[in-house]
Amino acid sequence: MTKTDVVIIGAGPTGLFCAHQLGIIGLKCEIVDNLDKIGGQCIELYPDKPIYDIPAVPECTGEELTNNLIKQIKPFKFNFHLNDRVQKLKKVNDNWIITTTNRKEFSAPNVVIAGGVGSFEPRKFPTKSAEKFDGTSVLYSIKDKTIFKDKSVAIFGGGDSALDWAIELSNTSKVSLIHRRDEFRGAPASVQKIKELSEKNIINLFTKYSIKDVKGNGSLEEVEIKSEEGESKILKADYVLGFFGLIMQLGPIVEWGLNLDKKAIPVNTENFETNKKGIFAIGDICTYPGKLKLILSGFHEGALAARGCFKYARPNEKYRFEFTTASNTIKDRLGVK
Amino acid sequence: MAKIIYIEHNGKEHAAEVQNGLTVMEGAVQNDIPGIDADCGGSMSCATCHVYVKEDWYDKLPKKEMGEDDMLDQAYEPNSKSRLSCQIMISDDLDGLRVYMPEKQV
Repeated sequence: MTKTDVVIIGAGPTGLFCAHQLGIIGLKCEIVDNLDKIGGQCIELYPDKPIYDIPAVPECTGEELTNNLIKQIKPFKFNFHLNDRVQKLKKVNDNWIITTTNRKEFSAPNVVIAGGVGSFEPRKFPTKSAEKFDGTSVLYSIKDKTIFKDKSVAIFGGGDSALDWAIELSNTSKVSLIHRRDEFRGAPASVQKIKELSEKNIINLFTKYSIKDVKGNGSLEEVEIKSEEGESKILKADYVLGFFGLIMQLGPIVEWGLNLDKKAIPVNTENFETNKKGIFAIGDICTYPGKLKLILSGFHEGALAARGCFKYARPNEKYRFEFTTASNTIKDRLGVK
Repeated sequence: MAKIIYIEHNGKEHAAEVQNGLTVMEGAVQNDIPGIDADCGGSMSCATCHVYVKEDWYDKLPKKEMGEDDMLDQAYEPNSKSRLSCQIMISDDLDGLRVYMPEKQV
């Protein structure tokens, strides 16, 4: 079990800047994120899209913003726990015991939820029947491609993941590629390749079709696809793969006894604490009268939540406000002269 | 200003007067109309403000810009009359527009 002052859930810009503020006031934190990289929505949704409303930064991309935030908290040497998700929170005396999916445990008086709109999870097929095969023969990611050797594989989607896997698996499997329209959003070279493979009958290409049903007695046998006009076709399939991008889900957060307003957590605007003592919520996931879902609002919220954390992390000390320009203590923490 | 009619998947209708310059998505969110999530806040990056627009209105709407169809690929049960409501800007011309919401926004 790792003891710390604060566990931050979410390594997006808001979580990162809150970590910075914790470092400035002399607190320690551990940062957990479900994604395999730091940056949250900035990295997952729009790494290349320019952002124009970061104060004093006329224009930067999601990736640049993330890199700068990482650089800014570097002096504090905080630990990141990526590819992991906080599953359970339990109060023991004055501390929260935080357990992750990978069975890591933390003990801290404070938890800051900076979870955006939740954790990113693959979008699934709308068909109810697909749930029965979920994880066995209906898959949304590939861990071991050898399982598809000499099998029939139906791949749904029109982006790079769908196209790349269709091309790759067509070497050793019987691949059908199904997409809802006849344009693809994948890289032009991949689209070209798919068309060639389709002309050579190496890949069965079905455009303007979507999934209707999956069938099988015990194991998956076939998948039924339908056109918008209602015409349907049955394809033999040992595996069905869906690549529809990621969706944000609140996930385990809903089980922690926090007040919820739609998909957001109500907080006070003094220190962004929730209805649970020592649990704070900042950034897109929190709500209060006048809430703006801007990155700059998340920074403000993180700065105030950090001071809120101080109260529980150092109950016998009084928080003293200091400027980074003037304080030698802060300069020491930053490792600058 | 345009009156927009939002129809939930179960058939329940909600009407809202929405100011020009806002989007159909914002009209729903600001009036607490259920069925449009808009997780990303309108930056065309999440496909959770997906609506269907019937033929008669579909052709009258400003055309889709680059990227909208790519995003719609990821919506729940999209079809050829699907739009992202965050990309439909309100103007007087849209008075009476009816948008149908999918069973869910996932």
